[in-house]
Amino acid sequence: MKTVINNYIREGMFPNIWCPGCGNGIVLGAIIRAIDDLNWDKDKIVAVSGIGCSSRITGYVDFCTMNTTHGRALPFATGIKMANPDLKVIVVMGDGDCSAIGGNHFIHAARRNIDLTAIIINNMIYGMTGGQYSPLTPTGKFGSTAPYGNIDQSFDLCELAIAAGASYVARGTVYNPRQSTSLIKNALDKKGFSVVEIISDCPVSYGKMNKMKSPVDMLKWIKDITVSKKVWEGLSPDEKKEKYAIGEFLSKDRPDYTELYEEIIKKAQERGGNK
Amino acid sequence: MNNLKKKKNIKLLQGNEACAEGALLAGVKFFAGYPITPSSEIAENMARKLPKIGGKFIQMEDEIASMAAVIGASIAGLKSLTATSGPGMCLKQENLGFAIINEIPCVVVNAQRGGPSTGLPTKPSQGDMMQARWGTHGDHPIIALAPSTVNEILTLTIKAFNFSEKYRTPVILLLDEVIAHMREKVEIPAPENIEVINRKKPTVPPEEYLPFKPDEDGVPPMANFGEGYRYHITGLIHNYKGLPTSNSQEIDAFIRRLHNKIQKNIKDIIIYEKYSLDDAKIALIAYGSVARAAERTVKLAREEGLKVGLLKLLTIWPFPFEEVNRLAQQVDLIIVPEMNLGQIVLEAERAAQGKCRVVPYGRVDGELINPIEILGKIWEEIRK
Repeated sequence: MKTVINNYIREGMFPNIWCPGCGNGIVLGAIIRAIDDLNWDKDKIVAVSGIGCSSRITGYVDFCTMNTTHGRALPFATGIKMANPDLKVIVVMGDGDCSAIGGNHFIHAARRNIDLTAIIINNMIYGMTGGQYSPLTPTGKFGSTAPYGNIDQSFDLCELAIAAGASYVARGTVYNPRQSTSLIKNALDKKGFSVVEIISDCPVSYGKMNKMKSPVDMLKWIKDITVSKKVWEGLSPDEKKEKYAIGEFLSKDRPDYTELYEEIIKKAQERGGNK
Repeated sequence: MNNLKKKKNIKLLQGNEACAEGALLAGVKFFAGYPITPSSEIAENMARKLPKIGGKFIQMEDEIASMAAVIGASIAGLKSLTATSGPGMCLKQENLGFAIINEIPCVVVNAQRGGPSTGLPTKPSQGDMMQARWGTHGDHPIIALAPSTVNEILTLTIKAFNFSEKYRTPVILLLDEVIAHMREKVEIPAPENIEVINRKKPTVPPEEYLPFKPDEDGVPPMANFGEGYRYHITGLIHNYKGLPTSNSQEIDAFIRRLHNKIQKNIKDIIIYEKYSLDDAKIALIAYGSVARAAERTVKLAREEGLKVGLLKLLTIWPFPFEEVNRLAQQVDLIIVPEMNLGQIVLEAERAAQGKCRVVPYGRVDGELINPIEILGKIWEEIRK
């Protein structure tokens, strides 16, 4: 059966490399549906990723695509967007990719408010390398490098993005693909740096080490740990520790970096001379 | 008849300024960098001049990000430059490899300072010659050029862009603190007198485009992102389509092609100058600011009746193996003065293949090697 999805994928690349039950495919579907809703020209879309399971998404979509180095997707995308601001640039990262090795690039992309859309697939683990804990692994959970439980405090990536200056920040889950699609669509449509974190499942690594062996167990868990933004606001501090808010957290208008640079070009050219 | 000669455009320029001028003449439209001594003036010049021509400058959060941004901008169609020094050059290595494997044209300047680590930020060194060759991991080719005058910085910066576009490869321009910061008279060539090479574009429609299928010269035509050619770029070893491959034949052919596209064109890429070598029995091989001292040494030695000449290397990588080999058959002794304890001398020795004695002369105290001490080394070797 052909669906809208077929119009946007490189069919020769399938079957994909992801494990059975992986949430990456749900996110891929949500991204494609959001783009289709916006009716964007495929020739003007660039998808950039880093390294990890989630970053393989760029290989499957029929745009100009780039699977870069670990954690560096945002600076590559920054160069592309600066060079040609007419391009729509989407960046797909994993949680380790974006928040550990790429953490500095993430906060600076948000600070500049450059017109990119960052989609972070958060499965709370390094999946491709075999289940090591990441900066988004919840405290107390297990990973192959946290055999006695994780003592690290995890980032709230959305709060980090807001604090650093992003224009749009939202969180969805693979349990709520329709909501995720609409959050991604809003983010893509927003001028400036937009961030959508999608909580996803990795039954093979995270699930196996945290007593959720089947994809269904993991999806149920994702359902249990997430609440709407409205419900979240009514929770006590202790209750908040166990839950993730989902929905749209921020949508504001602020000049994007490439627009500001056009002003620089104007100023420099008005001044004239060669000095 | 108009007898009025067009006035020459002569300027007193700092080495780093000349690099920026050369880049502009070559068509640079994008610079991403991070402040570091002794290369920062290149970034400052670019920040001032690029927006005047509608180009873009961005100061990134670190050198890793600046290298990434440069590659991204090049893929989106702009000739791109970054400049750094020792510690920053270490950070460039990761994405330099990405540019090599994806054949992305760009120029990376390393104004060498003393190292390792923070080392000697304001003093010259030639300690990064082997890093330029092998700094990023994997078995890869590279082009690296080393000017020795401010004028050469300008002309070799243009060359660096041309090589990068022609062969689809990053090119490293190796300065050192002395020539990066010194000022000299530079004749800025008129744009119509400059050869500017731009990357080959595909001649086939998008549905027939194979982004990594080489032409006969070993170089695949490059479509910029946004031009209607949708394709994939990956740091994984890839096939003609740009998609990851684990086919051993494809892998082997890919890596060999990366090397061959440089190796097959060494006649075009290797640049050197000869001083008083015709009757020489002793040859100096030098590059960068040390070549200036070596040139003077030749004059002093000739005054003392010694048949000394100089082979000045402007292309360091690929190494001018043939030229050095021929030289070794002619002379009895090759001395390689350099501001390290023996890097390029190893290549010279390899190229000489035992046909003459090859000895190093190194200095690593943060001071430039002077002509007298090279002359002293010549006498020392003669008396041995």
